[in-house]
Amino acid sequence: MGERETDEPVAGGGLLHRRAFLTAGAVAASTGAAHASIGAGSPPWMTTMTGPGPGYGLPSHWAAETKRVFQALPGRPGTGASRTPHQALEGTITPAGLHFERHHNGVPDIDPAKHELVIHGLVRRPLVFTLDNLMRYPMVSRIRYVECSGNSGGFIAKDAPQGTAGQLNGLLSCSDWTGVKLSTLLDEAGVDPKADWVLAEGADAAGMSRSVPLWKCMDDAVIALFQNGEAIRPEQGYPMRLLLPGYEGNANVKWLRRLKVTAGPTYAKDETSKYTDLLPDGRARIFSLDLGVKSFITKPSFGMTMRGAGVYEIAGLAWTGAGRVARVDVSADGGKSWAEAALDGERLSKSLTRFRLPWRWDGGPAVLLSRAHDETRAVQPTRDAWLAQFGPGQGYHYNAIQAWAVGSDGNVRSVHV
Amino acid sequence: MSERPFSGHPGESRDPGFFRSVVRVAKTWVPASAGMTGMVAIPLLALAAAPPSPGLGRPATPAEIAAVDISIPPSGAGLPAGSGSAVQGAAIFSEKCQSCHGAAGAGGPMDRLTGGVGSLATPTPVKTVASYWPYATTVFDYIRRAMPLTAPQSLTDDETYALTAYLLSVDGIVAKDAVLDAASLPKVAMPNRGGFVDVSPKKPR
Repeated sequence: MGERETDEPVAGGGLLHRRAFLTAGAVAASTGAAHASIGAGSPPWMTTMTGPGPGYGLPSHWAAETKRVFQALPGRPGTGASRTPHQALEGTITPAGLHFERHHNGVPDIDPAKHELVIHGLVRRPLVFTLDNLMRYPMVSRIRYVECSGNSGGFIAKDAPQGTAGQLNGLLSCSDWTGVKLSTLLDEAGVDPKADWVLAEGADAAGMSRSVPLWKCMDDAVIALFQNGEAIRPEQGYPMRLLLPGYEGNANVKWLRRLKVTAGPTYAKDETSKYTDLLPDGRARIFSLDLGVKSFITKPSFGMTMRGAGVYEIAGLAWTGAGRVARVDVSADGGKSWAEAALDGERLSKSLTRFRLPWRWDGGPAVLLSRAHDETRAVQPTRDAWLAQFGPGQGYHYNAIQAWAVGSDGNVRSVHV
Repeated sequence: MSERPFSGHPGESRDPGFFRSVVRVAKTWVPASAGMTGMVAIPLLALAAAPPSPGLGRPATPAEIAAVDISIPPSGAGLPAGSGSAVQGAAIFSEKCQSCHGAAGAGGPMDRLTGGVGSLATPTPVKTVASYWPYATTVFDYIRRAMPLTAPQSLTDDETYALTAYLLSVDGIVAKDAVLDAASLPKVAMPNRGGFVDVSPKKPR
């Protein structure tokens, strides 16, 4: 091995070996004193009988400040986004109520009894499916992330944007989605060999629609009906949404009402005017559905205050639209040296992966970076390299390395490196 | 390019059969092995067989499809009857659109729709309908399905043709007195028609 697994640093800035926490010994000690009644020194929740929780459980009121950050656009009623507060969350599954949302004319209130999914176009038998009918189909469950391609777009600004991990990267969430494989329904309709694309359309007041390559629809696309085990939430597309693992969020059409099988793309408004990526020569990438490899650090992060020198855990999220995360490197000296982080839990394809690394902070200024690699050997680019690919103001598909600067006062802010 | 298997409706071409796995048969051509000449067809059984489907899709009637098939591709297929002029569109625009999109679509508070033609490769690119959108059919499609934001799907087909004509007339893409309909709209040459690079994901091999 040759690698040190002690608490000796393995890279600059005090980064420790990723298994240092695991190999450290633990000592427990306890003392007790005799009392006539042990309740005298107990907190009230140990000495008071209480009742059951509500029919639908809620977070503790002590944790009630953990909410999505809603950002309405001034003068733009009905359009906007709310972001997942990653700085307050752990693990990889996003609670349904904290899943990010982006809508283009509000969240519709759809009566499931009056909602139908129509599949037509280049098919032998155009078909209509009700929610009740879909409930009888064989289903699949997949833990998959959804990310808006505008996520983290604030980092293209000349000055580093100051905000929490959720404000800056919260157009990203991960759920256990359950539903019917789209290939099952397309097979039932009988796809014409001339077909190559599918137009997916929502039943929202924007009639949001996107063109998707047919092969993706036949591959791992799902008509999702459940999110983390319960009916999909209105903000995520109740009663049904299209799930296209690894594709930009906008194409995962919510409130899905229609799939038109076509020979070519439809060139809908949201795949031409929006969600296209301006290049330096004035042309633009279109149908850039794939999302890249990416990571960011959730702790420490903006809004947190480090309470003095000592050992901390650096933790964050990594993912890739190409499949699995292979490795995450962390730097505590602004990128001069790197250490490999531990990847916690199972590494699922097109899902979020949690990374962790012990860090002995010496109390001085430090710049923390994370850099993800995926199984296709793709690596997160630097911000400069990312910016050089695109024209001015182009912020879709931002996946560059991000940095937090920790000050000697313990405050954390965003910096460009 | 290999031919995609054409799978029929379970009720028509195969017996889905409870508890019996249905396998899809794909045909592929493989090079002949030594001692054989030419090519030989080998049927391959898909290993990831689909489970039996209940086949509950109800046939959609032509009327049901027509009621929801509102998307308009670049060919113009599906464009409705009717027409509208840029002159009519100017009046509708000032009444229903200007408060969000500014005079003549110059923008504010919502998206700027006009101007900016030729700016995309400059340090200050301006993306508008005129400067950026590749197809006029998209303008018709989007206005008809989603505009105005406060009353989507309230415009008539004639009003939608008129608004499309007006917006495109501001930058001279169509004439100031242009009339658009199902025949003329798909023929409009948008300035940035050739400005896109298709990077659509390809099926992994």
